[in-house]
Amino acid sequence: MGFLDTILGRTKPVQPLLDDLFQLPTAAITLQAAMGLVPTGTGSVCFRAAEGRAFSDIEKDVRELLGMGEDAAPVELSRDSYGYTWLVSKQSPDKFEALVTDLHAVNSSLVDGGFGPQLLCTLVSLADDAGHRVGIVYLYKRGTFYPFAPMPGERRDSALELQVRGAVGADLKIEPDLGRWFPVWGAPGL
Amino acid sequence: MAKTRYAPDRGLTARMGLTMFLMGLVFVAFIIILVYVLSAFGVGSGAIVFFAVALGLAMTIGSFFYSDKIALSAARAVEVGPQDGPQAAKLHGIVDRLCALADMPKPRVAMARSPMPNAFATGRNANKAVLCVTTSLMDGRLDDDELEGVIAHEMSHVAHKDVAVMTIASFLGIIAGLLVRFAFYGELFGGGGGRGGNNNNNGGGAIVMLVMLGVGIVVYAVSFLLIRLLSRYRELAADRAGALLTGQPSKLASALTKVSGDIARIPQKDLRQAAPLNAFFFAPALQGTGARIANLFSTHPSLERRLQQLSEISAQLSR
Repeated sequence: MGFLDTILGRTKPVQPLLDDLFQLPTAAITLQAAMGLVPTGTGSVCFRAAEGRAFSDIEKDVRELLGMGEDAAPVELSRDSYGYTWLVSKQSPDKFEALVTDLHAVNSSLVDGGFGPQLLCTLVSLADDAGHRVGIVYLYKRGTFYPFAPMPGERRDSALELQVRGAVGADLKIEPDLGRWFPVWGAPGL
Repeated sequence: MAKTRYAPDRGLTARMGLTMFLMGLVFVAFIIILVYVLSAFGVGSGAIVFFAVALGLAMTIGSFFYSDKIALSAARAVEVGPQDGPQAAKLHGIVDRLCALADMPKPRVAMARSPMPNAFATGRNANKAVLCVTTSLMDGRLDDDELEGVIAHEMSHVAHKDVAVMTIASFLGIIAGLLVRFAFYGELFGGGGGRGGNNNNNGGGAIVMLVMLGVGIVVYAVSFLLIRLLSRYRELAADRAGALLTGQPSKLASALTKVSGDIARIPQKDLRQAAPLNAFFFAPALQGTGARIANLFSTHPSLERRLQQLSEISAQLSR
């Protein structure tokens, strides 16, 4: 925010950065090779629904859009306890790129409808044979990724998260400020 | 090119800019009159002016750098982490998400035990910011979306650097107030502030004191009104930014009606205790009843004005 914006009490809603999302497929391959983490096929987009007809129309369009086509995957809509909406797409685990394309379609629809600032994050989940689960979270407003590994009782497996950061540091733009690795408890698919 | 639904409010921006311009104008006029008066009657009172400006500067800088500590201790608030109970966890969850949505650093989070449902944000910049809510704001009378609206309003204050802006804006008022006080006491003790240098001009010293008293009072009154006006505009700006951030202007509006309604029923003792923090609160703890005159002196816009703006934003979002 510039000096003038401060003086005049203005904030412009922050527009999301979208294209970095396509770094995910490469990172998934790296994670599988390095740590045995495989995509579960579940991915979700989290946004803060705005009130009013315009937004609910777009929401409906997005669901219809994802429900069509050859690679059509089941789409679920869920609302978390903080009032955010999660649009969950379930592809088969081997179609990771199709999943990322689906997620990107959601973003584009919201941005085209003028609701880009409402996008919070995108999350794809991965799991290994030992039952560890990690979500790779994409922060739209910063265009960066970070890992999130929840454990029972609202605790985080920080060691695993840091391990993931080390493994995919070359493929993904990892959020450098650890203070912004905010937890997404109860995210669908984790 | 995607369209934007977040049109800026140029009217509000213009009014706020004009208010600040007037403040600057009053300040410059104040200095010019002082210099003129002092040079016309000899510099005997220069020490007093210098002292008032120095003390005012010290107070402003002090409140600027310690705003977070002062406000927190005045509200008897304690900082909480995400693990300190379910209410704190919920608060942190809301703040986390709003920070990610607005792309701003996370402020510290504090809670204060108080029967008044309220919230404030303080700290001189985004990295030093503290967001504080009272326990009764979280006891369930607001639903989660309304609570989020209140917190988004406070985070907008942080984003707009309102503590810094209001502190600097208050500087003029503080100096004028100090000058009035010094001039008054100077007059009372008959010295006119002049020792040594202007003894040959005792009558002039008294006139200088009187003029300074008069100028000080006028400047103090004008800057007081301008600061209040600016504060009301900053509140409207924060309402606006907060509502756009969550996309739920109506939720903020309903939170406002609930919180303002509750505050009218608070016992007097707590009201007085809360008075020094008024400018930073979400809804003012002290509220004049109804009249337009009361609005002129108020740090917050009237409920009607705030609700009206929020319903305009709501209409904008549904278009």
